[in-house]
Amino acid sequence: MNPIVPHLIVAVLLFAIGMTGALARRNAILTLVGIEIMLNAANLSFVVFWRFGPNPDPQTGLMFALFSIAVAAAEAAVGLALIIVLFRHRRTTSLDAADSMKG
Amino acid sequence: MSPIFYFLAMLTLGGAVAAMSLRNPVHCALSLVVTFVGLAGVYLGLGAHFLGLSQVLVYVGAVAILLVFVLLLTRGSGKDEFDERPDRWWPALGVGGGLGGVLIAVVLAQPGLALRTAPPELPTVRALGESLMTDFVLPLQVVGVLLTAALIGAAVLALSDRRRTPQDSGPVTSREEGETRR
Repeated sequence: MNPIVPHLIVAVLLFAIGMTGALARRNAILTLVGIEIMLNAANLSFVVFWRFGPNPDPQTGLMFALFSIAVAAAEAAVGLALIIVLFRHRRTTSLDAADSMKG
Repeated sequence: MSPIFYFLAMLTLGGAVAAMSLRNPVHCALSLVVTFVGLAGVYLGLGAHFLGLSQVLVYVGAVAILLVFVLLLTRGSGKDEFDERPDRWWPALGVGGGLGGVLIAVVLAQPGLALRTAPPELPTVRALGESLMTDFVLPLQVVGVLLTAALIGAAVLALSDRRRTPQDSGPVTSREEGETRR
């Protein structure tokens, strides 16, 4: 079998699991966990297409995944700071409490 | 495909399912670590050695620890953190399952999916560093600026309310009162 298919199916399942969790959980931190899982699934598909794709350049796909990891780290830091601010205002991290933009 | 890949895939997917379905948020964060480590193993199996190492360093070493820190800092919000209403799960499962089904159908419907027959020559860390400093130097600088701005922004966000709501933080108020008394 084409070895690209099982890897891509793992990436797809990971993305679907992350999206289900991000939509279903009420805790803002766990929604962020779901987003991280989705980003990881995208990273996995980058690496899979780097390894098995026909692009002759040996490094471009890896670089894409590396930069994606760096951007995901920045996103996690800012998201968690926002959650701390939300907790300070509302004393909870439930997303149902974050229903207005006014502090 | 080797059985190692299937083992790592099971580990990754099982960790992800646990991270999204367990009730205790701390258990969720720890299952997320399992997912990240499994993905790092998949990267190693694909030949992306440096990427697997950075996955462990960045995700397991930084992001997961940050998540656990914030979970413990925001403890004590009552039963909210355990109170998952089941009525949200069905629409979410519908969306996630539908998306996964469509994407799997797309993947399986590509018979001539791009496939390189010969394995590529794996780039060494030295080659990666050289191309980071030559071909990718502009993205590298942009990512540096982005990370600096994001971390400064995160610090500003997390610290900004000390002055406005002094009743929230006990030690600061006592210090401020002491200063005004003096």
